[in-house]
Amino acid sequence: MNLTDLQRAIAIFAGVAGGAGLAAALADAASPIYLGFFLAGLLTLLRFRVAMSLWVDGALALAGAAILVVSLPGFEETAPLHVWLALVAVWMFSWLFIEELSFSITGGRLPERPLGLVIPLVFGLMLVFVWEVVTRGAQIPQVLLPPPSTIWMRILDSVPILFADFIQTFVKAVLSGYAMGCGAGFVVAILVDRSPFLKRGLLPIGNFVSALPIIGIAPIMVMWFGFDWPSKAAVVVAVTFFPMLVNTVAGLNESGHIERDLMRTYAANYWQTLLRLRLPMAMPFIFNALKINSTLALIGAIVAEFFGTPIVGMGFRISTEVGKLNIDLVWAEIAVAAVSGSVFYAVIALIERAVTFWHPSIRTGRT
Amino acid sequence: MTAVVSASKLSLTFKTKDGPVEALSDVNLEIERGEFVSFIGPSGCGKTTFLRVLADLETPTAGIVSINGETPANARSDRAYGYVFQAPALLPWRNVADNIALPLEIMGYTKAEQQKRVKRTLDLVNLTGFEKKFPYQLSGGMQQRASIARALAFDADILLMDEPFGALDEIVRDHLNEQLLKLWEDTRKTICFVTHSIPEAVYLSTKIVVMSPRPGRVTDIIESPLPKQRPLEIRDTPEFLKIAHRVREGLRAGHSYEEDA
Repeated sequence: MNLTDLQRAIAIFAGVAGGAGLAAALADAASPIYLGFFLAGLLTLLRFRVAMSLWVDGALALAGAAILVVSLPGFEETAPLHVWLALVAVWMFSWLFIEELSFSITGGRLPERPLGLVIPLVFGLMLVFVWEVVTRGAQIPQVLLPPPSTIWMRILDSVPILFADFIQTFVKAVLSGYAMGCGAGFVVAILVDRSPFLKRGLLPIGNFVSALPIIGIAPIMVMWFGFDWPSKAAVVVAVTFFPMLVNTVAGLNESGHIERDLMRTYAANYWQTLLRLRLPMAMPFIFNALKINSTLALIGAIVAEFFGTPIVGMGFRISTEVGKLNIDLVWAEIAVAAVSGSVFYAVIALIERAVTFWHPSIRTGRT
Repeated sequence: MTAVVSASKLSLTFKTKDGPVEALSDVNLEIERGEFVSFIGPSGCGKTTFLRVLADLETPTAGIVSINGETPANARSDRAYGYVFQAPALLPWRNVADNIALPLEIMGYTKAEQQKRVKRTLDLVNLTGFEKKFPYQLSGGMQQRASIARALAFDADILLMDEPFGALDEIVRDHLNEQLLKLWEDTRKTICFVTHSIPEAVYLSTKIVVMSPRPGRVTDIIESPLPKQRPLEIRDTPEFLKIAHRVREGLRAGHSYEEDA
């Protein structure tokens, strides 16, 4: 297989890291397993003489990562040089692996499924792995950045707390506020569409307000609706309402002249035209708003909890545990928020694909 | 014979930023039941505007127009005509069968009746077997045929067609013209057909209305002596060429004092 310039550069760098690592490991009197890894790494430079499969690079990256993970807990102070060279080598080999893999998939030599999924997976794991090795190997204080393994242990230890916070913030505040805010935005958009007065009066204000950082009203909402989740839901309603309104109104104007004339020739009334032509046409816009709002809603609810809540909730936990320097729990909450936010977004995106299957942007993505 | 469409002293002026534009000026026309009338003329001659007035998509500023003896507004609420636009305008989220059923749904036909009519009209335009296809899976010609089927589905007596084949290539166009003639014969509808193409107008029509621009007006009305049975080869006969010549003369006459056209 011919290598691209980039692949050749990474391959040379990986081999050199192997050679340097071998020297450093000998100087540090490291365990023989490191010597073996570095030697194998150095030998990959032979790829410029004999063809070598990309799976060799993948296997080397995996082996190096395993060695590093196993030997990491043993360091009492900053890790010796050969560990860092091993990290560089693992990084280079995994990079080379996904580089070659994506090249092979694009060239049609390897199947898109399921190998296409390997690339982002390796990339993500690599980030977590580097994070883990750097925080442990450089003895970075927990307060600054705990290693992912500590965060994971903390998640496993605090499932009841995290679950209670999730219910309080996500299920109660976010979901109810999101449903109300998006629903209200949609209904008002229809009213705006029906009434020229609202279109002239309300819509410019809507455009203006949707550009404001509405999250600033959170303390006021706490005063209005109390400390519990309704005040957070109110913030979410305020945050999600205007994007939905503005997008739906824009979407309702999306149908072309010919289509509207067509409905006119059928003597279709307003609601028939709305349901059969204009709403389906507006769906890409509406889903756009739903997706924007899914992230806005979570941010709104978490930040709103910084301004007063009962002793439960993701935002409450983050603000109080930071004060107690329990940074691993803060990160655990962030991880829960990230996962629930991504799943929320993904569910909406999946529904969007099913509803707007006809739209060119989705059609071309599928074929 | 009764006049299905009659227009007298019909005028329409659009108000634009650059001042009023006379799209139609003093148009007088009678169309009998079962006729195939083509409107031909250069851009801006008001042929599409005239069709849109018949369909109650534009309101004339002066003159009288009647469809089946009614005002265009009443004719529209009676669903007296089917309109085929320049673009197929099929709804992309509906498959072919559901697109054809669209007017039937709006007009409140039962599900069973909808299915029956969809099947029949698909047959009329030779699209049987494509019911479940989505518009983006069809060629341009097939899409336009589906849009004709949609206009036929609710059995209006009048079919208004605004350059339906304008965007298609000549071979597809010939084929669709042949099919349209057969469809006209099978359904005995009155067809008003706007076109740019002289051969298309002469081949299809029993009556050709030649129009000229600024202001849009009728310069010639030609009753075609061609027989009802028209194979494509008829376009090489002297009679055909004679009519085509007269149409061309009419178009040229309309242009004679138009330096800028």
